[in-house]
Amino acid sequence: MGAAPKFGAAFLFKRLEILPLPQLASIPIITLSTPINFDFSTISINMADFSKLTEMAQQVRRDIVRMVYNVQSGHPGGSLGCTEFFVALYGNVLKHSPKSFKMEGKNQDLFFLSNGHISPVWYSVLARTGYFPVAELNTFRKLNTRLQGHPTTHEGLPGIRVASGSLGQGMSVAIGTALAKKLDHDDRFVFCLTGDGELQEGQCWEALMFAAHHKVDNLIVTVDWNGQQIDGSNDQVLSLGNLPAKWKAFGWDVLILEQGNNLEAVITMLRKAKRRCGKGKPIAVLMKTDMGYGVDFMQGTHKWHGKAPNQEQFELAMAQLPKTSLGDF
Amino acid sequence: MKLEDIVSSATRATRDGFGEGLLELGKQNPKVVALTADLLESLQMHHFKNAFPERFFQVGIAEANMIGIAAGLAIGGKIPFTGTFANFSTGRVYDQIRQSVAYSHKNVKICASHAGLTLGEDGATHQILEDIGMMRMLPGMVVINPCDANQTKAATMAIADYYGPVYLRFGRPAWPVFTPADQKFEIGKALMLAEGSDVSIFATGHLVWTAIEAAKELAAEGISCEVINIHTIKPLDETAILDSVSKTKAVVVAEEHQRNGGLGDAIANLLVHNLPVPIEYVGVKDSFGESGKPVELLEKYGLGKKDILWAVKDAIERK
Repeated sequence: MGAAPKFGAAFLFKRLEILPLPQLASIPIITLSTPINFDFSTISINMADFSKLTEMAQQVRRDIVRMVYNVQSGHPGGSLGCTEFFVALYGNVLKHSPKSFKMEGKNQDLFFLSNGHISPVWYSVLARTGYFPVAELNTFRKLNTRLQGHPTTHEGLPGIRVASGSLGQGMSVAIGTALAKKLDHDDRFVFCLTGDGELQEGQCWEALMFAAHHKVDNLIVTVDWNGQQIDGSNDQVLSLGNLPAKWKAFGWDVLILEQGNNLEAVITMLRKAKRRCGKGKPIAVLMKTDMGYGVDFMQGTHKWHGKAPNQEQFELAMAQLPKTSLGDF
Repeated sequence: MKLEDIVSSATRATRDGFGEGLLELGKQNPKVVALTADLLESLQMHHFKNAFPERFFQVGIAEANMIGIAAGLAIGGKIPFTGTFANFSTGRVYDQIRQSVAYSHKNVKICASHAGLTLGEDGATHQILEDIGMMRMLPGMVVINPCDANQTKAATMAIADYYGPVYLRFGRPAWPVFTPADQKFEIGKALMLAEGSDVSIFATGHLVWTAIEAAKELAAEGISCEVINIHTIKPLDETAILDSVSKTKAVVVAEEHQRNGGLGDAIANLLVHNLPVPIEYVGVKDSFGESGKPVELLEKYGLGKKDILWAVKDAIERK
């Protein structure tokens, strides 16, 4: 076989976007066995790898809905909305060792989930990338599980470095690990995801001030900017105002990701964020997502923040999220 | 040791012992890092900062962030010591300690100065009297309240060798120094200061010295007090307490803290299940403090020498 044909990523994803999500898995190009390199200098991922990630995202969405349905509790909305972020991060961006997880993570990239309630997406992606057996997703929120309602180190689940759930704390912890890396001359990165509603917690702004003042420039914080929280939209509950201007005013290098549910766009942005590190400023990625993305009746509303589907709704959701070759847990 | 042999030749603040211990630790252990929330010299942390500027972090007036950063530094293998007033080390950041430190079992040392009434003139906003209770309720949290500057230095150094969250409580005022400078500090090991037969006085922090003074006066009246320094409130040295109480059959607990939730409750809880005997509390009776000089405040709020004398007599009478 000759040289692999090059596809323009922009072209490719314009095609992907116009197709309804359930059909993604059946797009012919993702079944190609020959790697096709993106003609996009910022992405070092070949087509075969990318198609695997696309399939993983589909499977992760199935996992999220099935986990929450199984125990009739949990948080599907934010989990579905952040699926691309987690798949991009763990599947392509992070330097990590799922099979030999170590708390300190020396010479590895670290990730902290501040908005711990979207544990379903994290657990699914951790399992699907090899941190623990996929079958363990069956135990989510059940007695004696390592997959607690909110993530914790207490039960020793690989991949988790601190408990989260009480909001506003993750950025501070991430900063601490970034400082430890600097002290150790470890040049890897620390990632953190925070919700947007969570930014109403004062501790977040303490962390923002500190990271800029102390030039914590090995830190990349992504905000899940879906505009929703439990009691309604951010603007109804407590407006965040001009979020990019606020982060900039606090001294951060601010990137805006308009398509947080576009896998290629997320990978591109996280890679770009890494390149912006080491220049004296912490990096923020304000990532616009749709809460509940991928299940039409859950999408774009706060109502599925922390609610499980009933049987009828579950079947409707599953019909929109066909099975993948990865198989259900 | 005999009571009359316990003497103090100098006064120093317990926070001075902390500052010295931290500096010494910095020399011995490169993993030790320190953070303060705009109270550098109040905590005597400038010694460490000047010697090891790269391992010191000024976080500003943002205690919640400080606790989270400390948890992160611990994840990275460092041994962080946070320093601020006891009020801002506990109540203000309880949820951060609970989730990011205690529940996550991070090796963070929460070092708290200006605890209790003896903070003095700043008044009740700063005089926390609930911190021991809050901290000892957290699963896995070690709670230490040393009695003088020497013991605070020894405790500061000892907690770096223990893996896990620790709350180290000390204070502002110059206070009698009576423990040896070269002492070893063993977490969870009560120290017998004077043996006695009529009553066991369990004291912690500044009130250990007050208990010694009271016991000396009672000895002159023919009352034999056993004085035990409970520098570690959690884990409690249950064996030492039960051994003493099985002999004396009467207990006085003295602490610069609310009666609710402090050392008194910890000991009462132990005894009610194992060896019920009369217990008298010397502590603050469900009240906030106020401005004043340290000793004036201790006397007004029932934490003076005479309060221990009365408590001893009451406990013995109830046997």
